[in-house]
Amino acid sequence: MATAIAKAEDRVSVEHEYAARLGHVSKSFNGPAGPQLVLDDITLDVAPGEFVTLLGASGCGKSTLLNLVAGLDRPTAGSIETPGGRPALMFQEHALFPWLTAGKNIELALKLRGVPKGARRQEAERLLELVRLGGAFRKRVHELSGGMRQRVAMARALAQDSRLLLMDEPFAALDAITRDVLHDELTRIWRETNVSVLFVTHNVREAVRLAQRVVLLSSRPGRVAREWTVDIDQPRRIEDTAVAELSVEITEELRGEIRRHGQH
Amino acid sequence: MASTDTTTAGKGTDKADDLAGLEAGLDALDAVQVNRTPVREVLLHKVLPPLAAVALVLVAWQLLVWAEVTEDYKLPAPSAVWDSVSDMWLKGTLFEVIWTSVSRGLLGFLLALAIGTPLGLVVARVKFVRAAIGPILSGLQSLPSVAWVPPAVIWLGLNDKMMFAVILLGAVPSIANGLVSGVDQVPPLFLRAGRTLGATGLKGAWHIVMPAALPGYVAGLKQGWAFSWRSLMAAEIIASSPDLGLGLGQLLENGRNNADMPGVFLAIVLILIVGIAIDLLIFSPLERWVLRSRGLLVRS
Repeated sequence: MATAIAKAEDRVSVEHEYAARLGHVSKSFNGPAGPQLVLDDITLDVAPGEFVTLLGASGCGKSTLLNLVAGLDRPTAGSIETPGGRPALMFQEHALFPWLTAGKNIELALKLRGVPKGARRQEAERLLELVRLGGAFRKRVHELSGGMRQRVAMARALAQDSRLLLMDEPFAALDAITRDVLHDELTRIWRETNVSVLFVTHNVREAVRLAQRVVLLSSRPGRVAREWTVDIDQPRRIEDTAVAELSVEITEELRGEIRRHGQH
Repeated sequence: MASTDTTTAGKGTDKADDLAGLEAGLDALDAVQVNRTPVREVLLHKVLPPLAAVALVLVAWQLLVWAEVTEDYKLPAPSAVWDSVSDMWLKGTLFEVIWTSVSRGLLGFLLALAIGTPLGLVVARVKFVRAAIGPILSGLQSLPSVAWVPPAVIWLGLNDKMMFAVILLGAVPSIANGLVSGVDQVPPLFLRAGRTLGATGLKGAWHIVMPAALPGYVAGLKQGWAFSWRSLMAAEIIASSPDLGLGLGQLLENGRNNADMPGVFLAIVLILIVGIAIDLLIFSPLERWVLRSRGLLVRS
């Protein structure tokens, strides 16, 4: 088994120019009053190795959009391409299987990916080391803290060896201290593995803390309202002045979007 | 585990080391402590109370006998029942009788398991099948299995086949229903997580649905065993024939025919003890293991 860094570099030569490409994606659901448009004409590229956060208030269809990219649901119109294979997906809940140990959860992901039996254990140990949980292989899910569970979930997502990692508010249920540490951790892992990340959140600071690019979605239906490129050196802190300043600007815009809904 | 990590943080020069140390500290603070109950406490809180209850029943029984509330052919003394046991023990027939019934019951249960499991999976996963036979399957659970004895005797005759048929009709619905409710209670999140990992179709059923449904399935097995045992006893009491060999049900029926009340009491006690013993030795440990490994068993 090669290390994650070497693997990522191998792959660059055959890499597409994007990790995900969404072209004019729309999605509507059948509501009580006929079809309801949830996502409207979303066009978005995620470059290889890029970290993009999708930001929006309730009802902007962030989670719906991630489900579409993950292939769990089909768009009503438009196209979604993920050339790096089936994307990995992390949820707000850790979604680890409680009948398996932490290590076996990761091994299951490896098995479903087709990794031969003999190589699974070592690879699972390596991924646990990557999220700094070496030694937690035999731990049951209920024996781990919330932050540790999300790190195992991250290791399991990485075990899919996808070029695209989708994250659906993965840290929203954690306490502030743990969340802060996991931000650092995610940034480190993202830089080490060179994976592309599409990260959904309603937390402006979190979006700015993590991303290279912040995409603001409007609500009902979800449309791309505005984009910001975040030119702040990593590793950043959530308390950094530059992070705070950009957050203020984005929050103003977000509030404007929300206000529009109260006007009619 | 966490304490070994802190040694690297002790250097405290590098930023990465700093993060590792911070994380190890958080892990150590947050880690969930799981303790096992000591044996003494188990004996005191789990074993002693039921033993005390049994002793109380025996005392009350003996008091009723001493008070001569009724003739002794209707209410034998505990000592008379004890004499029946030792008599059977000395003749060497005690375990033979028990084994005849237990082996039938367990074999019938295994058959019910082999039929009920795939049936439950199909009912749970295929909408049409569920709509077609789901209600019948839950309805069958409320049908006393004794009702199946007369037709089974007519169709199959007085033999072991008929016993197994009655057991199956009693236990298969329980096992299948247990699995169906187990599958229904699988959190949708696990199914979504499984699908993103590539577990769809049969792979999904094997790796995600079945293990996630295990607690409900085991509860169904437990109930299935109780139904197997009850059905078998009903069949043995109603359908007795010399060819069938002497089981606990026949022992009970023989006691009635010979007006041997200690024998009747003995048969009832043995039926009860076997039912409880199988549950305590097989199904309860299985259920506890399934729940404990998932952190679902709260210490009482």
